[in-house]
Amino acid sequence: MSSHVELRPGAYADSVTLLQVSRTVAGLPGVAAAQVAMATPLNIEVLEGMGFAVPAEAGVNDLVVAVRLDDPAALDAVLAGVDRALDDSSRRPTGAAEVAPHRTTAAALRDAGDALVLVSVPGPSAVVEAMDAVEAGRDVMVFSDHVPVEHEVALKRAAEAAGVLVMGPDCGTAIVDGVGLGFANVVSPGPVGIVAASGTGCQQLLALLDHAGVGVTSALGVGGRDLTAEVGGLATREALRRLDADDRVELIVVVSKPPAPEVATAIEEYAAGLATPVELALLGPGRPDLTAAAERVLRRLSRALPDLSPADPSETSRRVGGELLRGLFVGGTLAGEARQIAAETLGVVGSALADLHGEGHGVVDFGDDAYTSGRAHPMIDPTLRLEHLARAAADPHTGVILLDVVLGHGAEPDPAALLATALAEVSQPVVACVVGTAQDPQDLDRQVRLLAEAGAEVHLSNAGATRRALEILGAGR
Amino acid sequence: MRVVTAGADLLADAVQAQAVDVTRVDWRPPLPGTEADLTAVALDPRRSEANARAGAAMLAVTAHLVDVGPASEVLGLQRGEFLHAGPPITWDRASGPLRGGLMAGAALEGLVDDPEDAVALFESGDTVSLEPCHHRGTVGPMAGVVTPSMWMFVLEDRATGRRTHCSLNEGLGKVLRYGAYSPDVLARLRWMGDVLGPALRTAVRATVDDTGPVDVTGILTQMLQMGDEAHNRNRAGTLMLLRDLAPALASSGIDAGDVAEVLRFVGGNDHFFLNLAMPACKLALDAARDVPGSTMVVAMARNGTDFGIQVSGTGDEWFTGPAQVAEGLYLGDYGPDDANPDIGDSAITETAGLGGFAMATAPAIVRLVGGSVPDALATTRRMHEITLTENPRWSVPVLEFQGTPTGIDVTRVCRTGILPQINTGMAGRLAGVGQVGAGLVTPPAAIFPQALVRLAELSTQAQHA
Repeated sequence: MSSHVELRPGAYADSVTLLQVSRTVAGLPGVAAAQVAMATPLNIEVLEGMGFAVPAEAGVNDLVVAVRLDDPAALDAVLAGVDRALDDSSRRPTGAAEVAPHRTTAAALRDAGDALVLVSVPGPSAVVEAMDAVEAGRDVMVFSDHVPVEHEVALKRAAEAAGVLVMGPDCGTAIVDGVGLGFANVVSPGPVGIVAASGTGCQQLLALLDHAGVGVTSALGVGGRDLTAEVGGLATREALRRLDADDRVELIVVVSKPPAPEVATAIEEYAAGLATPVELALLGPGRPDLTAAAERVLRRLSRALPDLSPADPSETSRRVGGELLRGLFVGGTLAGEARQIAAETLGVVGSALADLHGEGHGVVDFGDDAYTSGRAHPMIDPTLRLEHLARAAADPHTGVILLDVVLGHGAEPDPAALLATALAEVSQPVVACVVGTAQDPQDLDRQVRLLAEAGAEVHLSNAGATRRALEILGAGR
Repeated sequence: MRVVTAGADLLADAVQAQAVDVTRVDWRPPLPGTEADLTAVALDPRRSEANARAGAAMLAVTAHLVDVGPASEVLGLQRGEFLHAGPPITWDRASGPLRGGLMAGAALEGLVDDPEDAVALFESGDTVSLEPCHHRGTVGPMAGVVTPSMWMFVLEDRATGRRTHCSLNEGLGKVLRYGAYSPDVLARLRWMGDVLGPALRTAVRATVDDTGPVDVTGILTQMLQMGDEAHNRNRAGTLMLLRDLAPALASSGIDAGDVAEVLRFVGGNDHFFLNLAMPACKLALDAARDVPGSTMVVAMARNGTDFGIQVSGTGDEWFTGPAQVAEGLYLGDYGPDDANPDIGDSAITETAGLGGFAMATAPAIVRLVGGSVPDALATTRRMHEITLTENPRWSVPVLEFQGTPTGIDVTRVCRTGILPQINTGMAGRLAGVGQVGAGLVTPPAAIFPQALVRLAELSTQAQHA
């Protein structure tokens, strides 16, 4: 075994590309482990966790190439493989005219004046690209996180003046005129329009409506902070206005993380003045969960929510070992919902990574800003969650493991397959919620089957899954 | 529906998989350390409108040649006052070609008998002063030295009456602006003062009276279609100028031998029109100056030591860094060791969207600067990535008559790391040598983040005022 770590200052590739490069390199002959990543503090921690010594001078603009070799003689070939993988990832098809692609959103919009803009560059640069869209009078979805709230406010004020919709920052999901952006589920067109200050909340709603056979015209994400006091619902108002003006929309649903009370009131007043009826699904303590909200929407449309619990609740051979709930989530709102429901029964439920391995109950959102700096979102890169899943499974105090599996465009192509391998090593009961629609590229039925075969009890409602996990935990006591 | 994506390819792929037309931005991190300032400037509520205003003001200018006269008369330049190219500099930091030009200028003005004697004069600094051309409404090619007795073109924006100036072009090789000061250089300058200048004045004034002033902006439009980029190639422009002035020159009553000599000199100097292109560009860019919040570059200039830029939103402040040595082809036996770092106000042409920015239109010079035709097209297209607008008047046939990229944006340079491409001549490193080659050069990257820092400060001040 030999290790090789080198810094490449000034080299850059986005985290998703580097994930693919790392995987390619890890698969080269003679390689025991490999990680190619930007030297962010989080990635350095991961590298050190893998046993690599990262030079102290590594900065966030440096690319780290770290490989561990079974055969030291393979080094040259492996480094050549790294270069090849980086080259392949950056090579884009060009037409016969060999016109270089544009380097800024502003320049691209000169050629594509009517376009919608999707920004997913690193947070510190996101506002700059988004402002290009606002200036050009184009709607923009800002997928990027790590944007300070004061910048969000300034961006949205500029958008308000320009009559432009800014979806985000940190907007994971949107469907505009049937086109999914970011992590979007594939839905049929239908009478519902959604305004979402919650990405996976929106996805849960899309999935539940789809299970009931109800389609969606547009789902406009507004970013998780839009209904906070600082932002004041600037984008929510614009999104409501758009959906109200859309003849195809018969019912508007607003789904949001717990809003600031005064903003919630203001939005309620604004909604009351619209021609289209608006259903508010504002989450928070004492308020209905997402599944209950979906049921309410369906009732207004005179539809019923189908049974979402597993056909065959697993008479699990798995024994409850410990007494603690361990929730490992990729969806922020889904984690929040699970935490809130669990807290009603369990009291305190922690949300920090330390809580996942401590002496209390813990439900962690791996999509939180703290875990995505310089890394792809866990719906794309499952590494971090799988690592902590193994740790939680090895902990004798773990009583039940609760997971979400989110499908749709943009997400990992086969998340259940990766989880299934990991679940083979888990002895505790596992309850998983699959959030997805029948048309999602991952094949909902197959995802459910793979997880069930790996011994997980699979639900389609996150609230239902959480309650079931609590039941198992209670029964084991 | 069409989607422009900036960022992760995976998300672009997911949109494309839905049969949507996707345009991918080839986004890369901005110049190191600029993120916070870029965001501050992007969110400056004045910026968008300020840039639109600066761009429109620049494009609205039409430059006309209205007069020719000595610098003492048209600039009020006094004996002992010397103008030079680029940002402010002192004799002790001046490069070889700038020193050579100043020495020739001192001899021309009779301040010294032998140019070599001027070294002591400039070292003492008692009776002489140096000032950038730009500070006096003037642009100077290469060393850009202007002295009171040199004759100047006077250009005017008829709408506003604003004026800019430039000296008369001396030709190539051993000339003052490249730092040469031998007796033949001085003899040519004296002939230019005694014969060429007065003849041009007579011809220009008569033309103004007869058919109106020569429309320099209009000639620029035409010459771009004829294969000139108006910095390193001005052949068509020079001949069009001659066409406009020749009738008045012929009927001026000036000695026929002198007229012939003037026609021969101008017609034989393919760069003669450069000294009209430059002040025309400055006239347009001056109209864009001093717009609060604008991030547009209004001047790029070099003094042979420093490369400086001025930006509309930051007033008369210069942002400077070390000038680079151009890459290109050398005359005769000269090589890279003989070349001085970049010098001259002529990058005003690039600042206005000509020269390197119009490379695509000038295939003839592509080879001179060591490139291929596709490289030239790519250069012009690349400059569109860092400019605010394009000039519909200056269009490029081979690019489907797209206007040349115009109005360099400090923020886009910092965002993309793409530096303005400048076509330039190369002066010899030592005073007295003259021209050694021609090539391509870029500004030092660091001056753009410097300007950005100032723009961000001013933006913050404006929002708290």
